[in-house]
Amino acid sequence: MLSRTASHLYWMARYLERAETTARLLQMGGRNALLPDIGGGYRNDWEAVLQALGQLEAFREKYSDPNQRNVETFLFFDSSNPASVMSCIANARENARVVRTALTSQVWDAINTSFQEMQEFHRTERSKLLLNDMTDWALRAGALIRGAISGTQLRDDGYRFIGLGYTVERADNTARLLDVKYYVLLPSLSYVGSALDQTQWATLLRSMQAHRAFVWSYKGEITAAKIADLLILNRQFPRSLLSATQESVDHLEALSRGYKQPSRAATVARGLLGEIAELSVEDIFDEGLHQFLLRFMRRNDQIAAAVQATYLSGVPE
Amino acid sequence: MAETFNEMVDQGHVREAYRNLEKWQNDMPADLRAMKQNEAEALFRRVGITFAVYGEGGDPERLIPFDMFPRVFTASEWRKLDRGIRQRAAALNAFLADVYDQREIVRAGRVPEHLITHNEAFEKAVVGFRPPRNVWSHIVGIDLVRTGPDQFYVLEDNCRTPSGVSYMLQNREIMMRMFPNLFVENRIAPVDNYADTLRKTLASVAPQKCDRDPTVVILTPGQFNSAYYEHSFLADLMGVELVEGQDLFVEGDFCWMRTTEGPKKVDVIYRRIDDAFIDPLCFRPDSMLGVPGLMNVYRSGGVTICSAPGAGVADDKAIYTFVPEMIRFYLGEAPILENVPTWQCAKADECKYVLENLSELVVKEVHGSGGYGMLVGPKADKATIEAFRAKIEERPWNYIAQPTLALSACPTFVEEGVAPRHVDLRPYCLVGEKIELVPGGLTRVALKEGSLVVNSSQGGGVKDTWVLAE
Amino acid sequence: MRLTVNHVTRYSFGAPIARLIQSQRLTPSRCANQQVQSWEVRMEGATRGAAFRDGAGDWTETVTVQGPRDHFEIVVEGTVETQDFAGVLQEHREKVPPSAYLTATDLTRPSQGLRELAGRALEGMGAATPLDRAHALSAMVSDTVQYVPGETDQLTPAAEVLEGGKGVCQDQTHVLITLAQLSGIPARYVTGYLFSAAEEHMSEASHAWAELHVPDLGWVGFDASNRCCPDDRYIRLNSGFDAQDAAPIRGVVSGGGGETLDVRVKIRDADDPAAAQAQQ
Repeated sequence: MLSRTASHLYWMARYLERAETTARLLQMGGRNALLPDIGGGYRNDWEAVLQALGQLEAFREKYSDPNQRNVETFLFFDSSNPASVMSCIANARENARVVRTALTSQVWDAINTSFQEMQEFHRTERSKLLLNDMTDWALRAGALIRGAISGTQLRDDGYRFIGLGYTVERADNTARLLDVKYYVLLPSLSYVGSALDQTQWATLLRSMQAHRAFVWSYKGEITAAKIADLLILNRQFPRSLLSATQESVDHLEALSRGYKQPSRAATVARGLLGEIAELSVEDIFDEGLHQFLLRFMRRNDQIAAAVQATYLSGVPE
Repeated sequence: MAETFNEMVDQGHVREAYRNLEKWQNDMPADLRAMKQNEAEALFRRVGITFAVYGEGGDPERLIPFDMFPRVFTASEWRKLDRGIRQRAAALNAFLADVYDQREIVRAGRVPEHLITHNEAFEKAVVGFRPPRNVWSHIVGIDLVRTGPDQFYVLEDNCRTPSGVSYMLQNREIMMRMFPNLFVENRIAPVDNYADTLRKTLASVAPQKCDRDPTVVILTPGQFNSAYYEHSFLADLMGVELVEGQDLFVEGDFCWMRTTEGPKKVDVIYRRIDDAFIDPLCFRPDSMLGVPGLMNVYRSGGVTICSAPGAGVADDKAIYTFVPEMIRFYLGEAPILENVPTWQCAKADECKYVLENLSELVVKEVHGSGGYGMLVGPKADKATIEAFRAKIEERPWNYIAQPTLALSACPTFVEEGVAPRHVDLRPYCLVGEKIELVPGGLTRVALKEGSLVVNSSQGGGVKDTWVLAE
Repeated sequence: MRLTVNHVTRYSFGAPIARLIQSQRLTPSRCANQQVQSWEVRMEGATRGAAFRDGAGDWTETVTVQGPRDHFEIVVEGTVETQDFAGVLQEHREKVPPSAYLTATDLTRPSQGLRELAGRALEGMGAATPLDRAHALSAMVSDTVQYVPGETDQLTPAAEVLEGGKGVCQDQTHVLITLAQLSGIPARYVTGYLFSAAEEHMSEASHAWAELHVPDLGWVGFDASNRCCPDDRYIRLNSGFDAQDAAPIRGVVSGGGGETLDVRVKIRDADDPAAAQAQQ
């Protein structure tokens, strides 16, 4: 397959995943804003959302006040913000449009329809839009597209590049989100076990749409260790770092098999998987959660770079 | 202007070709027709056949209006066209081979040298080069008009990269889906082997250095090009990659395609970009659409470019006049299809005649296309004519003139029912190891009553074109 | 004469480049005016390919370099035996018809000033031979455009050169081509080398001049910079419509940035031991 085609498929998926991440964060922020103001208050929470997306600076350049309305605008509609839902969906659609013949009509339909509905939202008067409706819509659109891909795309190399786009981005997003909130999970702070902890932890789980998953997987008390286990090491949870990495490895191995040539990208990905597969939460806390996450993100970037060099540039390494 | 020839009803009688369609038309109630028309439009939208119209604002992705009433040729009518088109395609290729080699036709005094060497489309870079099988124009689009039962004229030749063939294929596809019975009742020659024939034609001109099944690609300027849909449609049908300049690179003696499995050698490039953009090392240095070094690989026999750079020298409106001469000169045959009589404004006496008869003539720019920069005398008001007169006087060499032909009309669905509208025809002749022509082509129809301008950019539509089997 | 050429072109890149591709025409023309005794184009770490002789008789090669690289050097070395044919290009095999060289490019497009200059140059020469007319045009360029480096750049069109009245050999050649074409004489741009024993020549050793097509004689060289026709001090490389079309090296670089170019050309008389000594 043309490297450029693979590249468009891969980036289409990365943008789709990113759109969902932004929507999830917005949803969490919106919910937090309804809770009583304890500790830093809602203001800090909106800033944390922006920080998780790496957009705090950009936001401050455009808006003075991080109130909900401004953050909503910035994260949902602002086409100058590359992480906004609107930008991500538009970019995903643009990538899809260029390689339409590599997508089934169902997938194209799902992406194109989402884009059209997004435009529709944009034209709607803001006072008539509820944040929850918007984020629900975005997450539903994401699920629809994902479903169309999984239900109709041929399991060929193109499918693997789409898959890789999703998993590489997902691993990065989860790690980033955790990193912004890592201090919440540190056991040493004074308010261990306090109401604030409980709230913060619940919020974090919610931002990953992991609250129910948590309740089902871990009995009893919410603890920092359990949360870290869920989001980093739980193979059953689809957005955990281990799950995402495992899926990256699966896609890369499928590509190597299909092309009948081993790739450096697969080696790099297997390396990372090997590093984290046998870890325990204690190991991670011993290393330092922040240090661990930085290391993980760096290694995940190396996978992305190897994918780029091996498959998307079209010249031999 | 002579009387319009109606291809369906001639002197009160329904002509043979359309016999079965009369009943079809009469049996179709208005509501069914409207329903079918909507269905057709939805199908076109769904497959995404749109085209970009420049400089008119509005929806940039517009549909070309599709008229459901087919245009029909009998087998015997087509036989003559078929022979004439193949003959012309052969002569145009012989001319190109000669132009870039010995220029025998100039030496023989049949075509003036300056028309060749002064032509913008003449490429010094390919003089002395001989492409595989000495074929220069691999896809020849020949625009034809009809003025009577047996009168066909060639309006112009397109030797570079004639577009529109995707409509020929889609129009048929949609008609077969909507009116399957028509295809049972009429024996209509199929066109759907076009893509396969095109692929074989392109593969047949692979360079000698290619020692395996040739890799063919289509080179597009990209998704913002008005014909991008057609490029991707053809690539899909042929099962070849649709590439942009950035997907290809030159290394050593060959041109390579960047793929997920590493570089893959490319043997034949069906390019849909203009000569000037093919290679910044040979032509325009600022071109971002082409492939640096591609012309060197081409000229050293490592890859075939279709059509050959420089092929445009044969389809110029000034060279057009000499095509019948080419047929006699290279093939030793009498031309089967006639040219429209043409006055060259570059010649003083002919220019004088043109200026005196502007209200009766069609005047065209020598290098114009798409129906722009054109004067249709009988349809123009006085001010328009006078404005054009000034333009011709200023740059006479830039214009040619032709009599206003009474373009034939075909029954077409209009607001009030069915009415005759003027049509032309563009068949696509493929030249490689063999000369191939699928029975049919693209019929363009001027949807406005009385209009003679069939260009899609100016309110023209398209029709399915049938050739009845023997 | 026997001339020895040493021509080094060195590209340095501020940021390493990813890839480089060039189309090179660095080999002397095959004609009676010059016999190549030895000729070599050397490059380090380059892939060569796609070579051919084109319709104008020039030998072209394609060269690619895979990065990252922060420099690239081309060394051209050789010895050529030259003869003086008073500027007439002899036994040069080419297929492009002279009339193809009547077409102006962006660099040789006529202006009102150039039209007037052509008219002035040929004033009262109605009865003159085509060769005399060609000489008159070349002399007019020498008189009108002063050889002054640094006043023009690679893309200065002939019309602007005339307005400024100053330029280098490229500019004088462009003006001469335009004047010739305006007078109905096919004309083209030629690149090559020029040997100069003393300081009499104002031009660089890497040189350019014009060829005008004269009936019965064929292509005749005119060097307006030096007010002469090319003789045995000249080595001819290739030709084109203008400087861009005739450029001995055309290339595209991907990635990197901050390209600087260093060109050194040394031409010496191979049979002059003193000169050979001085080279060491």
